[in-house]
Amino acid sequence: MAEKDIINPENLVYEKTKVMTDKVLHYCPGCGHGTAHRLLADVIDELGIQGYTIGVAPVGCSVLAYYYFDVDMQEAAHGRAPAVATGIKRVLPEKYVFTYQGDGDLAAIGTAETIHACNRGENILMVFINNGIYGMTGGQMAPTTLPGMKSSTSPRGRDVRTMGNPLKMTELVAQLEGTYYVTRQSVHTPANARKAKRALKKALEYQKLNKGTCFVEIVSNCPSGWKMTPVESNKWMEEHMFPFYPLGDIKVPEK
Amino acid sequence: MKELRLMKGNEALAEAAIRAGADAYFGYPITPQSEVIEYLMRENPVDRTGMQVLQAESEVAAINMVYGAAGCGKRAITSSSSPGISLKMEGISYLAGAELPCVIVNVVRAGPGLGTIQPSQSDYFQAVKGGGHGDYKLIVLAPATVQESVDFVRLAFDLAFKYRNPVMILSDGIIGQMMEKVELFEQQPRIAEAEEWATVGKKPGKDSVIVTSLQLQSEEQEKVNLRLQAKYREVEKNEVRFETYQCEDAEYLFVAFGSCARITRKAMEMARNKGIRVGLMRPQTLYPFPAEELHRLAGQVRGILTVEMNAGQMVEDVRLAVNGVTGVGHFGRFGGMIPSPDEILNALEKQFIGG
Ligand SMILES: Cc1ncc(C[n+]2csc(CCOP(=O)(O)OP(=O)(O)O)c2C)c(N)n1
Ligand code: SF4
Ligand SMILES: [Mg+2]
Repeated sequence: MAEKDIINPENLVYEKTKVMTDKVLHYCPGCGHGTAHRLLADVIDELGIQGYTIGVAPVGCSVLAYYYFDVDMQEAAHGRAPAVATGIKRVLPEKYVFTYQGDGDLAAIGTAETIHACNRGENILMVFINNGIYGMTGGQMAPTTLPGMKSSTSPRGRDVRTMGNPLKMTELVAQLEGTYYVTRQSVHTPANARKAKRALKKALEYQKLNKGTCFVEIVSNCPSGWKMTPVESNKWMEEHMFPFYPLGDIKVPEK
Repeated sequence: MKELRLMKGNEALAEAAIRAGADAYFGYPITPQSEVIEYLMRENPVDRTGMQVLQAESEVAAINMVYGAAGCGKRAITSSSSPGISLKMEGISYLAGAELPCVIVNVVRAGPGLGTIQPSQSDYFQAVKGGGHGDYKLIVLAPATVQESVDFVRLAFDLAFKYRNPVMILSDGIIGQMMEKVELFEQQPRIAEAEEWATVGKKPGKDSVIVTSLQLQSEEQEKVNLRLQAKYREVEKNEVRFETYQCEDAEYLFVAFGSCARITRKAMEMARNKGIRVGLMRPQTLYPFPAEELHRLAGQVRGILTVEMNAGQMVEDVRLAVNGVTGVGHFGRFGGMIPSPDEILNALEKQFIGG
């Protein structure tokens, strides 16, 4: 069969969502950010809320998220996305508002904003990309870096006696009255990506109910920061990150 | 309907925010301006106009909430006092960089550090020279009365939207805390339709709207800087505001702003009673600074005394404007101390007349 016979609408099994632009992603090969973008964009598309969604990009590797999501977006200062999202949601309560943040952004410099947005129960979706490292600035230790894990600022491995312990932010916000749905997912296999997508969809659907903050952590890889190939990084993630950051729902709405 | 009331500066300012059609206030308590948020919470403007009021977890959060609301094309306002304004500075720089309109009120207290809760003008530099990082300007309005605290809120929103730039109202503990008669302007409508640059949801067939201050390429960043500079030149051309008192025959000139200008005016009257012909210039906009008019007046007087409740900040702008045409001195009290009219008159005599 010639190529032109294969590439025709009847044979279409997979399509780029229209909620992602055609810009070339700047993420490193094998990085989880791209997959996470795609899933969130898919969900916005499927829910038909592209024109009613406002996103907030962080400072971190995904600082340019607004190039890729084809929705109105604001770029927040490092760590302040939950406050920016609060400002948006308070003046446009009928719109869907999400933040997309890394671990440094959400769980270090922005800890206060994260906890208080969740505690107030802002009706927003917070997507938390936990790759255990500061990807953007070149692989420094993050609040979520595992004990013993090497980074450019923990070159001999994270020593918890002097550098503190990794922070389980997701378990922490699940304790707060203001959160409605809190879950931890990953996107490194098709099966996991499908689950993560379902979680993101639920989270956005819940936003209509005005019941509180929905918080979706995605444990992700950073091949560049971890100094591994993409395949190695996914394996390392399964072996080391998942035992410490177990996947699954942490808080689900009561039926 | 216009309305006369006896009101505390901070409360009058809060009422003016509601009447100016503000969509949202975000703030964090700090003396001497907590009455702003207390008044708003009491008044519950959501019932009057739909205006949102939220006590944030910090000044950092508050200014970023302002960013979010302003990015949606809404009229957003925050208030604080000096230490809190320092915390807001990163956010203010982002607002200036993303060219978002908003109003920031600083009811100044004395510093540095925790300082004292007493009134001061020691945040002049921070307000007019930047304070946050990067090459940017705030439009800075300096009220001297409770009436101006009210009128400048409305003006501040107008200027903020006209230039898509943050506007600061630089008040101080005296104006914030004192009670005066004010005429309140009538209720203005809230914004009905968002402007094109606002993130309110992507319109079909249009590009998505992005609010950002990020430019990865130096060439692009320089373009942004040039555009901002061009805007600031427009502001300097169009928005200078000041008042002069008895300058026509003046041999000496006082320059003072805010509450300090009121005390200095008293000193001017005392001088005139003694036969010393003194005038007073009171800048109402600290940026843009009334440099041209000041330069003109400088040509006519034998000396200029800048009076401030700080160790000498506006005096630098006065010197730049005067550019050596005549002598420029400074008299200041600081740390929360308020100069008395006779101290000011003494300083004038000592520095210029020889007492
Ligand atoms: C106030 C401030 N401090 C520090 C930085 C530098 N900085 C940029 S991104 C970043 C860390 C990003 O890490 P993370 O949030 O985990 O995102 P990732 O790149 O890993 O996706 C830091 C420290 C900054 N931009 N602003
Ligand atoms: S540095 Fe890490 S997080 Fe950033 S794009 Fe590369 S792999 Fe992804
Ligand atoms: Mg990270």
